[in-house]
Amino acid sequence: MRVNFTVNGRPQEADDVWEGESLLYVLRERLGLPGSKNACEQGECGSCTVRLDGVPVCSCLVAAGQAEGREVVTVEGLADHARQRSRGGSRGVPLDEAKAWQAGGPGSRTGEEAELSTVQQAFIDAGAVQCGFCTPGLLVAADEMLEHNPDPSDADIREALSGNLCRCTGYEKIMDAVRLAAARQSGEV
Amino acid sequence: MDFLRPASWEEALAAKAEHPTAVPIAGGTDVMVEINFDHRRPEYLLDLTRIGDLYEWETGEDTVRLGASVPYTRIMEHLRAELPGLALASHTVASPQIRNRGGVGGNLGTASPAGDAHPALLAAGAEVEAESAARGTRLIPIDAFYTGVKRNALQPDELIRAVHIEKADGPQQYSKVGTRNAMVIAVCAFGLALHPATRTVRTGIGSAAPTPVRARAAEEFLNAALEEGGFWDNRKIITPSVAKRFAELCSGACNPIDDVRGTASYRRHAVGVMARRTLTWTWESYRGARRATEGAA
Repeated sequence: MRVNFTVNGRPQEADDVWEGESLLYVLRERLGLPGSKNACEQGECGSCTVRLDGVPVCSCLVAAGQAEGREVVTVEGLADHARQRSRGGSRGVPLDEAKAWQAGGPGSRTGEEAELSTVQQAFIDAGAVQCGFCTPGLLVAADEMLEHNPDPSDADIREALSGNLCRCTGYEKIMDAVRLAAARQSGEV
Repeated sequence: MDFLRPASWEEALAAKAEHPTAVPIAGGTDVMVEINFDHRRPEYLLDLTRIGDLYEWETGEDTVRLGASVPYTRIMEHLRAELPGLALASHTVASPQIRNRGGVGGNLGTASPAGDAHPALLAAGAEVEAESAARGTRLIPIDAFYTGVKRNALQPDELIRAVHIEKADGPQQYSKVGTRNAMVIAVCAFGLALHPATRTVRTGIGSAAPTPVRARAAEEFLNAALEEGGFWDNRKIITPSVAKRFAELCSGACNPIDDVRGTASYRRHAVGVMARRTLTWTWESYRGARRATEGAA
């Protein structure tokens, strides 16, 4: 079947989709957007977290057909989504650009050359990325929390990220990163 | 596999009548796991996410009619006062991502003994609104709904439209045992509701029998003990021996198995502990010393 939906602000069309396929599979294998990670396939790890009509969900548990007509934001479109939120006027992210996305440049502030959201930059600066596999899901979940809770307590952060597993960092650097993003977002640092 | 996408409830009922083997899918948090792992290859998937009515609820005089697909997140946010037990249970469901998609209709449809909503529904009192194109609507009492491990009272042509849950007339509590505080399937769970209006107590036990069950002997014992001691009026602290006996009878209502999550004897023990604790929490709340929505997962 064919699925028509909006991905990162641009209309997209996926063809030859199997009816039992997940949204995650469509994003990765049909549209070539591998940012959302495939790990547990049962909603345990949160690595595949995307926004579906604004709401964070595990894309591995959304049937492809359920995404028909809906709006999806993946980690590839997170910077654009954040820009739209703060300044208005998103242009959306074309598929080619999303596929080619990378945080370029050397040094600790690698994000300076790429367009990063506050959360993404904070993850780099706080050293919250180790192997990186859980990072896209954590970024999408953390960004969504900061959207409606700009001044989260540690308990709020832990709750918001409780569906995202990291097996490298022990979460402390991730907590640091989200606190940093919250502070930067509210102009404290 | 065919993906059926009804735009209305009537279309969904017609599709289910035409294809009784069709598997309904809403939040997908159970169904997609089975498909991803190739445990299930249904001939038809019946997508219910286009049917807006299923995501709405109505608060009536005595009950809340909760649409089958109302996500747990909404229950936590909006129905904490009317359905405190279910709101607490909702908060123990998996993670934010899962709570944003999953709802009580799916818990009932799957009818796993470990489903988090069941003990809260049993304790509060509820009826499942099932409907078929051929025979219309019927209300299935929650006590008659669970018929076996992952089996329920639904006919093949029926879909769950809503759940009618009695609004709380007293404190309710919910407790769940797991290895961590999020993203965990219950080792066992316990729901308890005080019903001062009828001077009764109701319970619900999860993951400690082939189906979710009530501890009826424990309820009868406690109802009699509370009545006899005049507790509903004098609001005295529950006698420790009464709480202890209630806990023992709740343990006795279990018929658990040994599995990777815990042994049968651990489950029996833990259910007794949760029974005593939730009784204390709710009773202290009834006595006015503690807020009804305070609790622990």
